[in-house]
Amino acid sequence: MTELKKYQSAVWSEPIVLTMGSTGRRGQRFALDRPVDHTLEELLPAHLRREKSVKLPELSEFEVLRHYEHLSQQTLGMMGVSLFGTCTMKYNPRVNERLVNKPEVAEVHPLQDPSTFQGTLEIVDSFDHMLREVSGMDRFVFQAGGGADAAYLHMTLTRAYFADRGELGTRNEIITTIQSHPCNPATAAAAGFSVITLPLEEDGYPSTEALRAALSDRTAALVMNNPDDIGIYNPRVKEWVDAAHEAGALCFYDHANFNGVMTRIRARELGFDACMFMLHKTFGSPKSGSGGPAIGAYGCTDDLAKYLPGPLLERTDSGALTLVEGSDKGVGRIREFMGNLPVVIRAYCWSRSMGIEGLREAANLSVLANNYMETRILSIPGVSKAFPDNKLFRLEMTRYSLEKLTADTGVTVLDIQNRMTDFGVDAPWLSHDPWFIPEPITPEAGELWSREDLDHWIDALTQSCEEAYADPELVKSAPHNQAIHKLSDAQFSDPDTWATTWRSYKRKYQRP
Amino acid sequence: MNKLEGFDGHPYMANSNKQARQAMLDAVGATNLDQLFEQIPQDNLTDHEFSWPKELSSEHELFQVVNKLLSRNQHCEDNLSFIGSGAYRHYVPAIVDTVIGRSEFLTPVFGTSSSDQGRMQAWFEFTSQLGELLDMEFVGLPVYSYGAAIGHALRMAARVNGRSKVIIPEILDPEKMAVVNTYAGHPDLDGHLEVITCSCDSQTGLIDTDQLSVLLNDQVAAVYFESPNALGSLEVNASKIIQLARTQGVLSIMGVDPITLGIVRSPGSLDCDICVGSIASLGVHLNSGGGVAGFIASRDEERLVRQFPTLQVSLAKTTNQGELGFALTLFEQSSYAAREEGNDWTGNGVYLWAIAASVYMSLLGPEGFREIGAAVLQRTFDLKRSLASVNGIQVLSPGTNFREVVVSFRDSGKSIKAINDALLARGIFGGCDLAVMDSRLEGCALYCVTELHSAEDIDQLVRALKEILA
Repeated sequence: MTELKKYQSAVWSEPIVLTMGSTGRRGQRFALDRPVDHTLEELLPAHLRREKSVKLPELSEFEVLRHYEHLSQQTLGMMGVSLFGTCTMKYNPRVNERLVNKPEVAEVHPLQDPSTFQGTLEIVDSFDHMLREVSGMDRFVFQAGGGADAAYLHMTLTRAYFADRGELGTRNEIITTIQSHPCNPATAAAAGFSVITLPLEEDGYPSTEALRAALSDRTAALVMNNPDDIGIYNPRVKEWVDAAHEAGALCFYDHANFNGVMTRIRARELGFDACMFMLHKTFGSPKSGSGGPAIGAYGCTDDLAKYLPGPLLERTDSGALTLVEGSDKGVGRIREFMGNLPVVIRAYCWSRSMGIEGLREAANLSVLANNYMETRILSIPGVSKAFPDNKLFRLEMTRYSLEKLTADTGVTVLDIQNRMTDFGVDAPWLSHDPWFIPEPITPEAGELWSREDLDHWIDALTQSCEEAYADPELVKSAPHNQAIHKLSDAQFSDPDTWATTWRSYKRKYQRP
Repeated sequence: MNKLEGFDGHPYMANSNKQARQAMLDAVGATNLDQLFEQIPQDNLTDHEFSWPKELSSEHELFQVVNKLLSRNQHCEDNLSFIGSGAYRHYVPAIVDTVIGRSEFLTPVFGTSSSDQGRMQAWFEFTSQLGELLDMEFVGLPVYSYGAAIGHALRMAARVNGRSKVIIPEILDPEKMAVVNTYAGHPDLDGHLEVITCSCDSQTGLIDTDQLSVLLNDQVAAVYFESPNALGSLEVNASKIIQLARTQGVLSIMGVDPITLGIVRSPGSLDCDICVGSIASLGVHLNSGGGVAGFIASRDEERLVRQFPTLQVSLAKTTNQGELGFALTLFEQSSYAAREEGNDWTGNGVYLWAIAASVYMSLLGPEGFREIGAAVLQRTFDLKRSLASVNGIQVLSPGTNFREVVVSFRDSGKSIKAINDALLARGIFGGCDLAVMDSRLEGCALYCVTELHSAEDIDQLVRALKEILA
């Protein structure tokens, strides 16, 4: 191992913006070129008027810019290496930013006449067709503002489908696995379904027998991902889908982990009725401030398409694209308007740049890089991989466990996560709750990062683990190179101490 | 299996060269790439011949192709637009775009509280400044949209008091109404909310408080109302609605647009229980509909707070005496921690817009919010008065309007579509047809102005309408 590159976060001790500024300072002014001959008092009756001035900071424009630039510098934010598992960290091409920041996208109102934004609608239509190609589905919509919202769309569409068939009274169960994303059971419950969760068995996926035992005439849908976040592919997926169909249920493929299998499998050919792609992960759009604007592109068969929410694209006889409402029996809306269209445009641009051969290359590289990492990671003291008896090459992710390291040293995976950030490595993904693999850690290499970057990440993990054995306190007290120290083990769920606003903090902590 | 071979030397993929590929293949002990996919059974692999357009791996070529497509779009910067109806074009100060375009904010995922301290602080400053505008102490990180915020808040209220009926105004933006109906669920399934509509005045959209009194009882979980409402009116009876609800143990949910709150009475001072609304007006572009973003806030009261479906950032102490950091709080009640037992669900949302809104609020300060509020109010008044001067037009908004007014073209003998087509021919985007919202508003359209409309813009609309209606 070569010596690790040094990293140190900027430290600006940037105050909370509400404590900054000086009375009378201005950051933005609004002038009216033809004031009406009425005062504010005349235009706004007293009982509608604000009484006390808003306690916002008073800052000049430059001070605001500098404050937030300092905050950005106090954010590691993918400036080093980020191999955050399940999120498929990609390069977000800046040419796409240049395009979507143009007024032809940024200043278009969603309720403009469709004839006035045909360029965007053509892109949406083309991208819909490109996703149909890679999945085999008949139609895609983009209203869902993220993967979880797409799962919710699937649950509400399932609801509409069975309500239309008069079966909703009995079909009220969704079956999923413990390795599905938490949003799958959560959106099922929010849509009114009860949830059956299948546990994993020795190969790393639930048994088909367990699935068969759970299926019945009460099953509305089977919801699964494949491969899962451990990197294991359920080889009996076709049998699963067939069994669910025999029971009269719909099958939804949460394709969050599509990156490693792009161009090798198609959801429809495996038998699925619907699937979902993350445009802000797999298709090169930014994660954006750690959480959107995003899109869970939802695709389904013609049988289900009649329940999709409007506004839906339709080509008129003249060849132009227009927008029409969905069916009365369908999902009216899960969100206002057509979706985060700038995200669709970015994903379209990314896909056009890559082409289908680029997609194949990305899938190949992400799986290759993951297995390359495994060869080095498994030689680190205290590290093992989940389901070690499954010897087959993992797909684009591998879940590891630091159980032995924790037993040997008392250093937890949370400590290691903090320590790795000291080397300019974004905190790695551990696992969704519940942690059925103890002390889990789950890198995802993807196709962006160079072999040198991957080596740096592995070196940072190696160094952190070696330190755990040599000097556990150093790791437990990490981070040391960040803008602030480690958070104390305070109770964050106590009404006396939580403070989600400055005014709440002042009341709770600064009592006279 | 299909015959795809991959792509050599793509600018987005560092290892897409023979040297890197071969070195890694050697390290893993595989002779070819296909071997790595041994987990996937043969009969799962596709032999589909993909029909994708040829790749545009040269950036200049990609830019030109997409730019040409986009050049077919018309937009509100070049065209005079009077469309509102749930998406409002306010000015976005330049530094908002500068800040949210920074890589550290634009591209990453969650780090730890320490490694992403700056972003956590920006989020905390978003909730804190919004809390000041609202006069409310508990604010969650944003949700997908205003409509989603209403849906979540209604469900949250039902969990708080264990009731299952909710009251909403009969006049509500149709996009939001459709979202709320989805969130309300289905009577055949668990957790269904029975949605009851309360009658509203057809010219102002204001809640009929007499009917509301009749509808309220101990089975109602919540009453939702908004100000400004779907017709642009500020709700004059907000205090009364909140008090009426409270006497029946019903939670009040008030919808607001925070851009009004430099001058308009705050939801906190009215003492509503839960506040929802949009943050899209605070420094977010229209983005073809991709600018929508919502929030949920309340008093810092445990029975309410325990039912929030959002993620939250709290101030927290670090191991260094006197130093403050930020942590996610109440994570255990989110779907991330509790799966189907969590409060609704959360996921990727619109968190970048929280940073945009934070910058926007810091820039405006108290005086900026007062000025923009007054400017929009005056412009709305100007629009009302100017349109009323046109023959064949009646402005039906007798109350106090912010941004939007109801314009009746019934006397003109022309349909809204015919008028909007004629306006479009003159490069003007006319207001949305209101018949879809309420049948009593047949022949009416909703016209919207903001600080971005000059006096000349309004005069231009008036001249165009006079021509069209002549």
